Amino acid sequence: MSIDIYVPRDASALSLGAEGVARAIEAEARERRADVRVIRNGSRGLYWLEPMVEVALPGGRRAYGPVKTQDVAGLFAADFLQGGAHPLAQGLTEEIPYLKSQQRLTSARVGVIEPTNVADYVAHGGYQGLPRALSMTQAEIVQSVLDSGLRGRGGAAFPTGIKWKTVLDQNAARKYVTCNADEGDSGTFSDRMLMEGDPFALIEGMTIAGIAVGATQGYIYLRVEYPHAYAALNEALNAARQARYLGRDVMGSGRQFELEVRLGAGAYICGEETSMLESLEGKRGEIRVRPPLPAIKGLFGQPTVVNNVVTLSSIPIILARGAAYYRDFGTGKSRGTLPLQLAGNVRRGGLVERAFGLSLRELLYDYGGGSASGRPIRAVQVGGPLGAYIPASQFDVAIDYEALTAIGALLGHGGVVVFDDTVDMARMARYAMEFCAIESCGKCTPCRIGSTRGVEVIDRIIEGVERERNLVLLEDLCETMLQGSLCGLGGMTPFPVQSILKHFREDFHAGTRH
Amino acid sequence: MQPLTDVERRAVLRIVDEHKARPGPLIEILHGVQATLGFVPPAAVPVIALGLNLSRAEVHGVVTFYHFFRDHPVGRHVVRLCQAESCQAMGASALTAHAKHRLGIDFHQTSADGAFTLEPVYCLGNCACSPALMIDGDLMGRVTPQDFDAMVSAGQARK
Repeated sequence: MSIDIYVPRDASALSLGAEGVARAIEAEARERRADVRVIRNGSRGLYWLEPMVEVALPGGRRAYGPVKTQDVAGLFAADFLQGGAHPLAQGLTEEIPYLKSQQRLTSARVGVIEPTNVADYVAHGGYQGLPRALSMTQAEIVQSVLDSGLRGRGGAAFPTGIKWKTVLDQNAARKYVTCNADEGDSGTFSDRMLMEGDPFALIEGMTIAGIAVGATQGYIYLRVEYPHAYAALNEALNAARQARYLGRDVMGSGRQFELEVRLGAGAYICGEETSMLESLEGKRGEIRVRPPLPAIKGLFGQPTVVNNVVTLSSIPIILARGAAYYRDFGTGKSRGTLPLQLAGNVRRGGLVERAFGLSLRELLYDYGGGSASGRPIRAVQVGGPLGAYIPASQFDVAIDYEALTAIGALLGHGGVVVFDDTVDMARMARYAMEFCAIESCGKCTPCRIGSTRGVEVIDRIIEGVERERNLVLLEDLCETMLQGSLCGLGGMTPFPVQSILKHFREDFHAGTRH
Repeated sequence: MQPLTDVERRAVLRIVDEHKARPGPLIEILHGVQATLGFVPPAAVPVIALGLNLSRAEVHGVVTFYHFFRDHPVGRHVVRLCQAESCQAMGASALTAHAKHRLGIDFHQTSADGAFTLEPVYCLGNCACSPALMIDGDLMGRVTPQDFDAMVSAGQARK
């Protein structure tokens, strides 16, 4: 009987040589006349073990990693097809503590299934939410999402059900469902993993959204930096159309929903929802002044749902298992689970999906195992380039929306970037301003001009030119950008800068001149 | 402005025709043109504008807004080096300095042999495997200076 071997097709696994490993396994198997079938799955998100190869055995899947092409012959020699001992053996995948202690709801299938095989998706609990939704009224679907407590996982954390209700309540000939897959924050990759590892969950979630609000067309706005996700999504969309989960007659219900992927073109600002809508319309990604909200006047002027990949991929399980099931995870106003992404200078980087409430310290040390360099962790940026830097003295903070806000930080899209004690925080403050200057859409002055002036002021501080006066000027500039910008880019770029002024101010005094 | 060759003009017209009935097609068209010709020639702008009934300024404005689109030819391989925080935490600055020195160019420039164009990029979503780069469509993670040199040697060999 043939043995199934899983080798990820996830972009990060490929970036570490997974393609070569897959080919080497096939070649070695042919050579040894071993009956194996290589299945290309997503990644489990244990990135320090990638490329992680799994062998499906009666007792469960056993993991080996990180596997290089030159390890493959040795693995066969050690009889890994029967779970043989080998220095790279990690035991049963599900028993690896990093994975076992997680609560994977949204990413439950990622790394488990063959991503673009619709039958495999269905065999693992997929397409159970959509038929439930089709048997409910639109208002009932929206109520379920409201009751689940789900808040937008893209960064703004707005209650998803309220957004949907607003769109449902509009009278319009045409409505749209759009997915913001412009995951531009450094340190984040959960959208990418979902799209590459379980694209049908997103497709099912968007279909449910379309049925709920009365939209017949959806768009996934995907960043151009994600070619592997683009391929996986398009393969999955074709499979879903053929199996009639999409199209004129969704699952024989007589309801219509069509879905298309549109590529961005390398503009961070297009992760801002109104800028994304402009870009979807084929225009410059300049943000729109709100109101009107996109839920009232969005894509092509029509009522539009705009949700992030994680948010929409969480919808099927809410419909399939019920709002209460999802809501029972989490704490306070932060309900459900959040796929955290551990990145940067960390020993065990990867995806950690847990109910809200885990402390930052647990994430960094229990999961992450400390820094990759072995040096002390000095700063952690949570929530992408617009998120605050958190010093070691605050690592006991709980990772939920409210607790982070209380210490002047934000959760954003759940990216956590680790820096060791060699980091120059004055440089990171400069980078925050520089990034804003590069990515500003140019519509409002505080962002467009303020960011460039910010770089110049920080340069003078670093050089020691009138340092105290320029520090005051920098604080003033941050206030202006914060209060006066039209959107989050200019309005939040001050957060990392202010957090550095507050917690790492000594780094501004490192220069020698004056 | 260098005029389009007949082959280029036909390609641009074909791409415009393919997409123009779709809603909001301009960015899709620019992707098509860049994928086919390697860049968006300035002389293609009026052709696209006419096809979509837009002004040249509107098309030019979109081409120049997005970092991904370029109005000039590039090397045989485009290397995009991540400059974002996660990669910085893992030595992206040193890798960038090495890359610029190895190829003898700065960002947005093409090596003398025409093999490589170097571009900055802000996050490739490979943050658990920093530092990262993308060569054409291929992603690389935990890139060392030695990996970079090996990639360059392989790229120079491919014509």
